[in-house]
Amino acid sequence: MMTEGMQIRVLVAKPGLDGHDRGAKVIARALRDAGMEVIYTGLRQTPEQIVEAALQEDVDVIGLSCLSGAHNHLFAQVIELLKKHHAEDILVVGGGVIPEEDIPLLKAQGVKEIFTPGTGTLAVVEFIKKHALPR
Amino acid sequence: MLCLDNLRERFLQGNMRALAQSISLVEDNPELGAKFFSLLGLPQGNPRIIGITGPPGAGKSTLTAKLALALLARGERVALLLIDPSSPFSGGAILGDRIRMHELSGLSDVYIRSLSTRGSLGGLSAATARVLRLLQHGNFSTIILETVGTGQAETDVVMAVDAVVVVAVPGLGDDIQAMKAGIMEIADVFVVNKADRDGADRTKLQIEAILGMQEGRRVHPIQVVPTIATTGHGVDKLTQALDDHFAYVEQSGELARRREKRWHKEFSAYVANILLGDFFSWANSQGIGIMANADWAEIEVYGLAKQATAQYFTERMKRHVEED
Ligand SMILES: Nc1nc2c(ncn2[C@@H]2O[C@H](COP(=O)(O)OP(=O)(O)OP(=O)(O)O)[C@@H](O)[C@H]2O)c(=O)[nH]1
Ligand SMILES: [Mg+2]
Repeated sequence: MMTEGMQIRVLVAKPGLDGHDRGAKVIARALRDAGMEVIYTGLRQTPEQIVEAALQEDVDVIGLSCLSGAHNHLFAQVIELLKKHHAEDILVVGGGVIPEEDIPLLKAQGVKEIFTPGTGTLAVVEFIKKHALPR
Repeated sequence: MLCLDNLRERFLQGNMRALAQSISLVEDNPELGAKFFSLLGLPQGNPRIIGITGPPGAGKSTLTAKLALALLARGERVALLLIDPSSPFSGGAILGDRIRMHELSGLSDVYIRSLSTRGSLGGLSAATARVLRLLQHGNFSTIILETVGTGQAETDVVMAVDAVVVVAVPGLGDDIQAMKAGIMEIADVFVVNKADRDGADRTKLQIEAILGMQEGRRVHPIQVVPTIATTGHGVDKLTQALDDHFAYVEQSGELARRREKRWHKEFSAYVANILLGDFFSWANSQGIGIMANADWAEIEVYGLAKQATAQYFTERMKRHVEED
């Protein structure tokens, strides 16, 4: 299939020290199968590394996957760094094992949506398609 | 929507995000891209463009990262362009070469960008030439391009770069014989990566033997460099081999000839792009052939193409005369 014009670009990143990226890979494949370009950077990325990659790759969306429980801190740092680089226009979504009670705080910080393990990949795809800003 | 003048200003100030956005612009939109290029004028710098190709998993990305580190260590500014294939079904892609680039994160003199082939075959995307040209405006001394890695002769890469590094691995054995058909001819430097594995010496000798048979067809001897990309072993030799190559092609005029060919290819690709676009917008408005919901099976393809282009040129000519 030849594709022309703009495609949604998504950075799928795993901040934190936990060593599982199965979930992140499942999401990456689902986004690819929905026609998006997914930059996958591997495990154990610091917020600095994530934001640097997002800026260099000119992504529309950052998908953060975190299973270590350090999400509050790590997601907030990513948002902070994006602000510092005047890149608040990049949509940030999160996923992983995240307790219900943390979600309002994360959203208040600027994470647009949180997907918990029960969410189907289709819902993630739909959300991104709907909310990614046209360039 | 981006304002091109503003983008240009930030780009020329060396703003990294502006560089990234400019790449998206020329990748997504050839028309706006052309406007942007005309705002930029001629590139100020004169970077060396190196292509890294070879079979899947040979260690191209790991080696690319190590080569970039070596160049950074001697004060260079380096851009990396990493190409991965798009899915033939969805048009989407997973771009994973960056996984091997962690050692480069946080360094200020390197820029890394992943590109999808966006449906084109041959190891590069149709937009790669434009993105490379844009990077030539970005104040880099070296640009490294990692191709998809089919192991086939990705001959597109030869046209796109100044020097081709072919990465092989030990134990290919008879495969080397099979491989020689296309890929041997495109190498300016050969690497036998994973030299920590058995058979690296043998593979090096085999490659040298095949290259020896080709001597006379090539202007200067091609070096075969063993490396262990994971540790960086041999990367200094690779850097030296590339320097030797550039010294030779600069002095012999071959580099200038290559770049002239590339200029011509880009020029004709762009003209073809403009003409095709204009032709189809005209053909659509006229309801020509298949665009008129005619049964394609009833239409002889070459005949219609010839007739339609003749008609197109006549009408465009007429309009041109009227406009004058
Ligand atoms: N033993 C050994 N392993 C290596 C060496 N170089 C790379 N590898 C490993 O080989 C695997 C593939 O390396 P990459 O750098 O991703 O290879 P690639 O050619 O870029 O792969 P694709 O882009 O997928 O075609 C990784 O697990 C590397 O760690 C080496 O010199 N020795
Ligand atoms: Mg690679």
